[in-house]
Amino acid sequence: MHAQEFARFVAAASIAAAVLLPPGGALAQQAVSLPLAVKNHRFEPAEIHAPANRPIVLAIRNLDAAAIEFESVSLRVEKVIAANGQGVINLRPLQPGRYNFFDDFHQETQGTLVVR
Amino acid sequence: MLAALIIVFREIFEAGIVVGIVMAVTRTVAGRGWWVASGVVSGVLGASMVAVFTGALSAAFDGAGQELFNAAVLGLAAAMLVWHNVWMASHGRELATHVRAAGEAVAAGSRPLIGLTVVVAVAVLREGVEVVLFLYGIAAADGGSNLALLAGGFAGLVLGTLVCLLTYLGMLRIPGRYLFGTTSLLLAFLAAGMAAQATAFLEQANAVTALDAIVWDSSWILPDRNLVGRALHTLVGYSDRPTAMELVVYATTLATIFMLMRWFGGQKASPRRAAPG
Repeated sequence: MHAQEFARFVAAASIAAAVLLPPGGALAQQAVSLPLAVKNHRFEPAEIHAPANRPIVLAIRNLDAAAIEFESVSLRVEKVIAANGQGVINLRPLQPGRYNFFDDFHQETQGTLVVR
Repeated sequence: MLAALIIVFREIFEAGIVVGIVMAVTRTVAGRGWWVASGVVSGVLGASMVAVFTGALSAAFDGAGQELFNAAVLGLAAAMLVWHNVWMASHGRELATHVRAAGEAVAAGSRPLIGLTVVVAVAVLREGVEVVLFLYGIAAADGGSNLALLAGGFAGLVLGTLVCLLTYLGMLRIPGRYLFGTTSLLLAFLAAGMAAQATAFLEQANAVTALDAIVWDSSWILPDRNLVGRALHTLVGYSDRPTAMELVVYATTLATIFMLMRWFGGQKASPRRAAPG
């Protein structure tokens, strides 16, 4: 690609990016913070509760010597948390219901988020 | 052991498809093996490094470091695919004449492959991080079943490589004169899927909150977690519950690629495609 062509390409790409990228809006509502730990391949607590229609922040501490991948199909979340590490997961306001989550690296490690 | 095999295979699977496609796309380029191999090696090295620093990465940007990193590398890979496709469109005319003249190798040899090397590296890196962390977790944990688990993980690696090979061989079956059009289309969808996936990570990081309503739920008929769903996820960016923003980004990326290809490819692009050899 010649210099001129490349300049045109960059120009077009920047315009596309400017049009595409929405302004990062701050959440209007205060988020609910929920602590969660993983110890001996168990979620502690195995069931957590949150109010409906409020943003949720899951603060996960992995107390095991192996990394975990926190995953939930219904919450559309996948996140690796290092051994003895911490992870934060932001969730949108949810409808009432039960949302299961698990450690994808150790699938016997299961938990539930109950929203009501 | 079977669990380890499945976990590793599932992670390698998507990277295998991407590498297989890139190998097929570049099959006539002299020295392409070197370009693809350096992509794989940088991906593995990068994955190991990211795995070591997972804790620090997660903590960065108020806990959204991992998501932002994933979004950034996916965005980079999508941009590289766009660049490659646009380059091919602008130089495709002279290449196409050589294809007929069986001089494809010479003509295509001058293609800049660094973009595709980055795409391979990103694919291997993203999936590799999880494999490294998972296998390291096994190796670090105490217990007698380690060896069996590691063997399972290794078998998963081998199977993943097989997927790469099958993708490659499958694509080679496409007749030569359709291959250029097919691969452009395939790479365009690959790019759009990566852009949409990058958007999903930005949404997870709360960096993008606009248009976050889920448009449809097809998880009951084709979940994006099973094998077919995953293959479609990689190839065309299939998601069983996409948000409106993901769809907007997907469509915009596709439209942008085709517009740029047309812009740089000149007016001759479409009639030539229609004419058989």
